[in-house]
Amino acid sequence: MKQLHSAAQAGFLLCLSCGQLARSSGSLIQHCPRCGERISLRKPQSITRTTAYLIAAAILYVPANLLPIMHTSTLVGGEDDTILSGVIVLVQTGSWPLALLVFFASIMVPMLKLIALALLVISIRQRWKSPPVGRLRLYRLVEFVGRWSLLDIYVLTLLVALVQLQALATVEPRPGAVAFGAVVVLTLLSARSFDPRLLFDQPGEIP
Amino acid sequence: MNPAAVRLIACSQCDLLQKRLLAGPSVGTRCARCQAVIEPPAHESFDRPLALVIAAAETFVLANVFPLVSMDLNGETLSTTLPQAVWALYQHDMASLAALVFFTTLLAPAIQLTISLVLIIGVRSGRRTEPSLFRIHQWFRSWGMLDVLMLGILVALVKLAALARIVPGVALFSFGALLVLLSLLNTSFTTTEMWRR
Repeated sequence: MKQLHSAAQAGFLLCLSCGQLARSSGSLIQHCPRCGERISLRKPQSITRTTAYLIAAAILYVPANLLPIMHTSTLVGGEDDTILSGVIVLVQTGSWPLALLVFFASIMVPMLKLIALALLVISIRQRWKSPPVGRLRLYRLVEFVGRWSLLDIYVLTLLVALVQLQALATVEPRPGAVAFGAVVVLTLLSARSFDPRLLFDQPGEIP
Repeated sequence: MNPAAVRLIACSQCDLLQKRLLAGPSVGTRCARCQAVIEPPAHESFDRPLALVIAAAETFVLANVFPLVSMDLNGETLSTTLPQAVWALYQHDMASLAALVFFTTLLAPAIQLTISLVLIIGVRSGRRTEPSLFRIHQWFRSWGMLDVLMLGILVALVKLAALARIVPGVALFSFGALLVLLSLLNTSFTTTEMWRR
């Protein structure tokens, strides 16, 4: 089989903004000749940044799931809802498809993202020998499903705005929602800092 | 510029260096190793994107001016628009959440549409466009989450349907139309395509 070369090996930098290839000048800071974006061999400090965002997200993941995200007061009293209890309520009212959807977007996806990104970072640190294309697919999945976790935040926004019937029922946001929103944003930032090309790099290949 | 750099392309996901196939611009290029899209297929003209971006901008205004839903409960009618909903979050001491929702559903799509319009008009008139606009466009596009918002609205509606009679508003249908227009717009022009002109 023919030997495959990366652009980095051949001394080319790829502009991630416009797709232009540029010959590496050897200087620390280089800009794309076509669109002016800062370009580098790999995203700067990719692993460090990905890990930092990931740790922050993992810490906030605990309050995001334990603290209530909203408070519902009705005539018969008040009730706090966490992410998980919101799903349980949907199951109890018989909205199975909806319960699955929210369970997937709010509970499965953030957990999957944390685990997958950790796995990707570890695989690069430990120089795993497994074929990188499989791990690249995992990264694409993370990028694709990541944004859908914001679903619960939008649901909450609408409920807070609409359910303001002083006498009958009110819905108020609670701090858990802030933690949850932060987890989603941090995992998005973590995934965007990750450079999938690192999966394909051989040791000692990148200058 | 090195002439080799014109014929060679690199994959943004696995960095494989490869030759651009001479299949013609209407086909596009995928990476030989990991199948990532390197160059999306190009289009004939920018008439279609222009029409789509104008329609999307109008629908976006409708979606934010009119109420999303109205709720009928014992003769009391409650309704909200998207900006009002963001404001309600802010008033409940959730400034950070309000900022997140404002940014992902109002600011980012608004900026994306504005820059798209400027870019498309610029390319059509053959003028040189400010290069940084392309970057800013891509960045804001990646933070716009109207599709997620749409699903969130529907989930909220089902939850509220248990409580009161729900009347879908003009903005709800506008959001539906806006999503269709945006996905058509995103497939009808790409910023990389503009560079090839």
